[in-house]
Amino acid sequence: MTFIPLYFALPLAAAFIIPILGKIAKSVVWIFVTLVSFVLFILALYGVAVMQQIPMVVYKMGNWPPPLGIVMAFDSFSAFMVLVISILVFAGSLFSWRYMSHYTGQWKYYTLYMLITAGMMGVSITGDLFNMFVFLEIAAISSYALVAFGVDAEELEASFKYMVMGEIGGLTFLLAIALLYAKTSTLNLADISNTLQAMGQTPFFWTVLGMMLFAFSIKAAFVPFHSWLPDAHPAAPAPISSLLSGIFIKVLGMYTTARIVFNVFGLSRDTAPAFFNVLLGIGLLSIAFAGITALSQRDYKRLLGYSSVSQVGYIMLGFGIGNYYGVAGAIFYILAHALAKGLLFFTSGSVVNATGTRDLSKLAGLGERMSTTAWSFRIGGLSLIGLPPLVGFFAKYFIILGALKGGFLWLAIIAIGLSVVTLGYLLKIENNVFMKKGRTEASKAPFTMRIAMVFLVVLIVLLGIGFQQVFDFVVGPAAHALLRGIEYANLVFGSVAVGF
Amino acid sequence: MIIFLSCIILFLIGLYAIVTKRNLIKIVIGFAFIEYAINLLFALIGFRRGMLAPIITQVDMPHKFVDPIPQALVLTAIVIALGTTALMLSVVLRIYNRYKTFDIAEIRKLKG
Repeated sequence: MTFIPLYFALPLAAAFIIPILGKIAKSVVWIFVTLVSFVLFILALYGVAVMQQIPMVVYKMGNWPPPLGIVMAFDSFSAFMVLVISILVFAGSLFSWRYMSHYTGQWKYYTLYMLITAGMMGVSITGDLFNMFVFLEIAAISSYALVAFGVDAEELEASFKYMVMGEIGGLTFLLAIALLYAKTSTLNLADISNTLQAMGQTPFFWTVLGMMLFAFSIKAAFVPFHSWLPDAHPAAPAPISSLLSGIFIKVLGMYTTARIVFNVFGLSRDTAPAFFNVLLGIGLLSIAFAGITALSQRDYKRLLGYSSVSQVGYIMLGFGIGNYYGVAGAIFYILAHALAKGLLFFTSGSVVNATGTRDLSKLAGLGERMSTTAWSFRIGGLSLIGLPPLVGFFAKYFIILGALKGGFLWLAIIAIGLSVVTLGYLLKIENNVFMKKGRTEASKAPFTMRIAMVFLVVLIVLLGIGFQQVFDFVVGPAAHALLRGIEYANLVFGSVAVGF
Repeated sequence: MIIFLSCIILFLIGLYAIVTKRNLIKIVIGFAFIEYAINLLFALIGFRRGMLAPIITQVDMPHKFVDPIPQALVLTAIVIALGTTALMLSVVLRIYNRYKTFDIAEIRKLKG
């Protein structure tokens, strides 16, 4: 009687049913995928509801008790990530139908789509280090294939570049796991946490942590390891760009970093201020460098790719601040950026679908002809900049509140100041594509694409207006789960009796 | 200790190939080096001098086995490495079909 394994078992099973379905009835595949992602969305909501009553649900694979077998540790932070993943996967599957209709081999696309979902879900809920690596690789390998899905010269090149960078990250993570296993003789996150606490902060401790931070920085595309992202994300089909930029880099980079740093290594700003200052530095460097580079881009999706690198910096900033509001702000920002950037990549897909180009200088005057797309872009963009009643504002607000409470006045000022850069590069798209007078040949976006965009727009507005509820029920508990620190281990070993 | 260091050296050789080589195939081979290095490291971590393979044939066998978990991990890691290497090589082949070259310096449509 448990729902935890369903999060990754359902898409994994779907991924292997799709090839059979694709042989029998091609038209059913899309409906099947949408149905599965909708069920995942409902399950994710149920998971959030369950987390209101108990701090953690532990699922033991094959009924082996925690230190021996693999466990799935599902707490509020996992529930939050699962919810955000399922929102974007659902919207992406709606968007995929018409967007992918001119590609061949669609069932391959949907198989990979479900595999990447399974991988991300698995990373978010696993309580085992090696299991995390396996899911991470499932997600990563599917993403390499999806980036190259169009098999044009540029897409292949982007995919190879991404693969080289991504695999260096993945293998460094594996090396760190090997070293950690050699020292602790366990792979269970909770057990590792206990052993590390007993060992103290030795040079070994910092070496392994540094290797993991390096690996996750590549996966999350922090400056200076960002060079693959502005190539890879634009090369993928638009629903995949939206999924990759919206949530993929955050699950593989941010979630893993936060989980390892706070819950496994048990660090907090009080015990390791220097380390958290490094996180702050990484965040600031990404925000500034990628934001300014984005200003000079001439490709719609490439500009959004640089924007992602820049925005992810804000999340790291929040984690680096390290107090309750900072961490909660970072988690809120994961949600806000996922919705906004997912939406912006959808609009890019809609424009590419209608006009066949993403060169900003060739596009003009689409604001009237594609009004849904244009207004989605505006609302998504405003949320990204942080305009009040939209969800992006509150995310930024909590990060800045955290900075002020933590005594980083200068950081708050820089964070607000760099929002101007965000405004700058988004205005560039707005001016060129939607406002500028001109006549680019374009038709209205197909119905399902508009539904997908409107779905995200509604979420951005509603979650912004109801931010208090979002904060109380979803984001706040997730921040508490992280700041619980090494209590995580006790919960994993203790809550075995819970009957879920 | 020497034998552990050799793993690190193997790892660094692979990294060197990835960073400096211009031929796509050689870059893929560099990854194979890194994967071997890590798998070897895993096997060495589990190794205990003079102990048996962890196969239990009687109920009351003395507990003198090497650690079996790293061996299981290596198996998984090999499968993952196989998947990535196969995908990499297929992408490299496709790139070769488009550009008619393996030289990374001549494959430069994307900037940055």
